[in-house]
Amino acid sequence: MDVGIVGYGVYIPWYRIRVEEIAKVWGDDPENIKRGLLVEEKSVPGPDEDTATIAVEAARNAVKQAGIDPQGIGAIYVGSESHPYAVKPTATIVAEAIEATPDLTAADYEFACKAGTAGIQTCMGAVEAGMIKYGMAIGSDTAQGAPGDPLEYTAAAGGCAFIVGKNGSETLATIEDTYSYTTDTPDFWRRDMRPYPKHGGRFTGKPAYFKHVLSAANGLLRKLQLTPQDFAYVVFHQPNGKFPMHAAEELGFSKEQVVPGLLAPKIGNTYSGSAMMGLAAVLDQAKPGERILMVSYGSGAGSDAFSIVVRDTIEKKRNATPKVLDYVNRKVNIDYAAYVKFRRLLVK
Amino acid sequence: MAVPRFWREIPNRYNLVGARCGNCNKVLFPPRYICPYCRRMGKLEPYRLKRRGKVLSYTVVHIAANGFEDQAPYLLAIIELEDGPRLTAQITDCNPDEIKIGDEVEMIFRRMGEESQDGVIYYGFKARRI
Repeated sequence: MDVGIVGYGVYIPWYRIRVEEIAKVWGDDPENIKRGLLVEEKSVPGPDEDTATIAVEAARNAVKQAGIDPQGIGAIYVGSESHPYAVKPTATIVAEAIEATPDLTAADYEFACKAGTAGIQTCMGAVEAGMIKYGMAIGSDTAQGAPGDPLEYTAAAGGCAFIVGKNGSETLATIEDTYSYTTDTPDFWRRDMRPYPKHGGRFTGKPAYFKHVLSAANGLLRKLQLTPQDFAYVVFHQPNGKFPMHAAEELGFSKEQVVPGLLAPKIGNTYSGSAMMGLAAVLDQAKPGERILMVSYGSGAGSDAFSIVVRDTIEKKRNATPKVLDYVNRKVNIDYAAYVKFRRLLVK
Repeated sequence: MAVPRFWREIPNRYNLVGARCGNCNKVLFPPRYICPYCRRMGKLEPYRLKRRGKVLSYTVVHIAANGFEDQAPYLLAIIELEDGPRLTAQITDCNPDEIKIGDEVEMIFRRMGEESQDGVIYYGFKARRI
């Protein structure tokens, strides 16, 4: 394919809550949880933040880094499972806030944690077909885990925006190809009007996450006739710190190839932003010529795999905006009481 | 706030679109129809203000306004933008004891409130320390 990344931007809220704080409330052993999930703390959205505000901050960073006129953006897709409205697109709010309106198409996507990468694929198609000059795909979430549910330790908040355009002097990385693997697998769901998702516990592992992530990765490797040794980095969706490490091992990637894009231990699972933000963290440090494999995963279930090759342009573009690690390290820890207040869980 | 009023002010609230007078070059925010300096000689045009400024003065609000109860104590400040205009805005993502007059801030996009639980959500600008 002849498309690439023109710019990217991320955003992670300021607040964090540690595993110890949550474990204390529910009588769990924090060391056990931290060892089991490989997560130390997770990001928490402030009381004035939601999926739209997070998407806007990431999108503004992406436009700034790309150095393009936002009027050239012909499509915006926002992937999330926590859109602030049930009916009323987040994408129009983002489009207005980055001054891309009114000559564009926009829509919200929903596919658990992979709605953002589905947006990237839509943009790739539209750019390749010549329908639009630039397309923006965003993965943004303020994920909810029911109080006391194991998900509460990891359900985090954050967002990542990618601007896709035709390959050329503007693109900082080429998207060589993409491959998806999709089946009907009910491992995690949330019914209409219900505040919290339900999940199949251990069923979310082998027949869900691993089957789809490994099949998508292998499918793309076969399609491109590449092996793990051809890649400098690999990034997977990160429901916790452990799953991506296992997936890497299973596919024959080394620990060194996974760790630079592994953010879950410090910020938790940012859902639609998770794999994309891992890719952004890798792009923050990758050298021109290096190849990256990114595989997202959305429950329900499906995986999108992408092979990306970094170009020279990255050196002059990536210092325009805050890096992923700047956001990871810019934080303040809160206790469970403040967390409950911010998440509007108090009955008044 | 009625929905049409919020909608009408979206360019100002999301992107700090004010006005600049082509005659005296002064930047006005919120935008006006007549330049208060040049009167009928003024030539006002829409102008997007830069999102940078500094804290001119601030106060810590302990008795919160309706809809802001969960954020108290919070910071309310007068910000002088790089382009000149001063505006009142909440400073977010900041402990009240960490702010100083003269601190550099950027204007960011946040939730300002909502009409009701099933009403529209109001988005707009707040300030964050750089």
